[in-house]
Amino acid sequence: MKTSKLPSIKKADFKKIRNDFPLIVNTLVRGKKLIYLNNAATTQKPQVVIDAINNYYEKENSNANRGADYLSEQLTIKCEQTRQKIKLYLNARFTEEIVFTRGTTEAINLVAYSWGFYNLKKGDEIIISEMEHHSNIVPWHIISRLTGAKIRKLAIENDGTIKLDNLKKLLNKNTKLVTIVHVSNVLGTVNNIREICDLAHEQGAYVLTDGAQSSGHMKIDLQELGSDFFTISGHKVYGPTGIGALYIKKEMFDQIHPFHGGGHMIKKVTIEDSNYKDVPDMLEAGTMPLAEIVGLSSALDYVTDIDMENITKWEMELGAYAYDVIRKVRGIKIYGPSLDKKTAIFSFTHDEIHPHDIATVLDYEGIAIRAGHHCTQPLMNRFGIQATARVSLSFYNTKEEIDRFGVALEKAVSFFKK
Amino acid sequence: MIVTNMSRANDEANQLDQLYKEIILEHYKSPHNKGTINNPDASVWDNNPLCGDEITITAKINKGVISDVRVDPKGCSISVASASMLTDTVKGQTVVEAKKWIKIIKDMMHSDLQVSDDELGDLESLKGVANFPVRIKCALLSWMTLLKLLENHKGGQ
Repeated sequence: MKTSKLPSIKKADFKKIRNDFPLIVNTLVRGKKLIYLNNAATTQKPQVVIDAINNYYEKENSNANRGADYLSEQLTIKCEQTRQKIKLYLNARFTEEIVFTRGTTEAINLVAYSWGFYNLKKGDEIIISEMEHHSNIVPWHIISRLTGAKIRKLAIENDGTIKLDNLKKLLNKNTKLVTIVHVSNVLGTVNNIREICDLAHEQGAYVLTDGAQSSGHMKIDLQELGSDFFTISGHKVYGPTGIGALYIKKEMFDQIHPFHGGGHMIKKVTIEDSNYKDVPDMLEAGTMPLAEIVGLSSALDYVTDIDMENITKWEMELGAYAYDVIRKVRGIKIYGPSLDKKTAIFSFTHDEIHPHDIATVLDYEGIAIRAGHHCTQPLMNRFGIQATARVSLSFYNTKEEIDRFGVALEKAVSFFKK
Repeated sequence: MIVTNMSRANDEANQLDQLYKEIILEHYKSPHNKGTINNPDASVWDNNPLCGDEITITAKINKGVISDVRVDPKGCSISVASASMLTDTVKGQTVVEAKKWIKIIKDMMHSDLQVSDDELGDLESLKGVANFPVRIKCALLSWMTLLKLLENHKGGQ
């Protein structure tokens, strides 16, 4: 991915920052220092986030929006401040455009049920790219069966990118939704969401962008991107699991219906019927994961303080370094586009050794990578493979770790070729 | 200090060697009875949704005897080697015997083995998988697929 040449507000000392992550600096795996290269699966948590969650249960635990007492009032304020932080983090226009969800999967399901189910009908079309995570495919299969809307595949190129001409060919007056990942969890491809939105909007279609893999690694500017729906995952931006957020463009509000029914989302309930609050409250039934909201709030402060521009720059420097290390190993094939079009995620296969076997040998060196289909079976089919090994970096990784990974990868190859 | 490090390194090498025994790697490199049977009496495809490994098993079954069996596995060394050994084990056996072997392999993965190494033959090499919980499903894929095939076949009669 290209990074801007402008100097940052301040330089970040990533060697020092690494010490903020207790699991990263303290963990031994079978006597060896852990090297955590599975950051696309989940990121580790800085001490401030862990402390925020502990502090919540020690001093702040209550229920938001459900009491006139001091604790409840303070917590309600804190949750709304977090909503405000997410709005700023994504550069949304209005705070009410931000809905808390339990994660990205729930956010996409919410769009599927609260928008798709009510607004799609037979003859309508949903365009899904071939590089989507199952969480951005399967909800649409369900909605397709419920509404009769048809799913159309946006094929990808051999280098793992989307050709806008292919999208143009698919788009027509029946297209109601284009749903595309911002950054591929397998290839690291950064999709051109701005152009995709422009093309889709010209045809009157809406765009959902899955930001699970982008929002922790690059600056998100929704005014620049133009998406109608955008999702983020808390645990992939150094926050806790069980929390995420969905951005819904305000212009979409009148097309949105309730998701879960329950407490907080209602205006009035009788035994016979009920009516509902507006977005976002309408979509937040039941007690939300409050400790997780507090943890996410702290995580967003943390990454904002390092500055996203610094993070992107450093991760891309590490990425270029890792790319050279991986491609030097004989028999390795790396999938995905050139470095200027991707983030620091590298999926690869070896011409003779299965990814699981590579991962097991690396695990014995204390190195955590992911091997498998990464919940992207259509993408695996596209490349005619069952699985890849995947290395995904974070700013707390170091070049020394990547060197050790390179040595271990060589060792894995020689182990199976003996 | 150096001695300790070396012995630790050796221990680790040994543990990996326990998983990836020579015999497993041999089966992986050239699986026995690979492919599919034309006009099989029973055929089944299955996968491990966790990792994407796939297998197709085809078999000829006459009067309760598996006269021929072939596997077409796509997966890691453990899953392919296990499938290869499966064909050696159940080819020529009765359906009842084959089911006994399926149980033996399942027990083996839970370190609850009642059979001697001699009886196991090459299958003995899969014992080490029990120490790698995430890999147990790899070793079991072909055996659980065979069970499905045998159950389906019974249903078809």
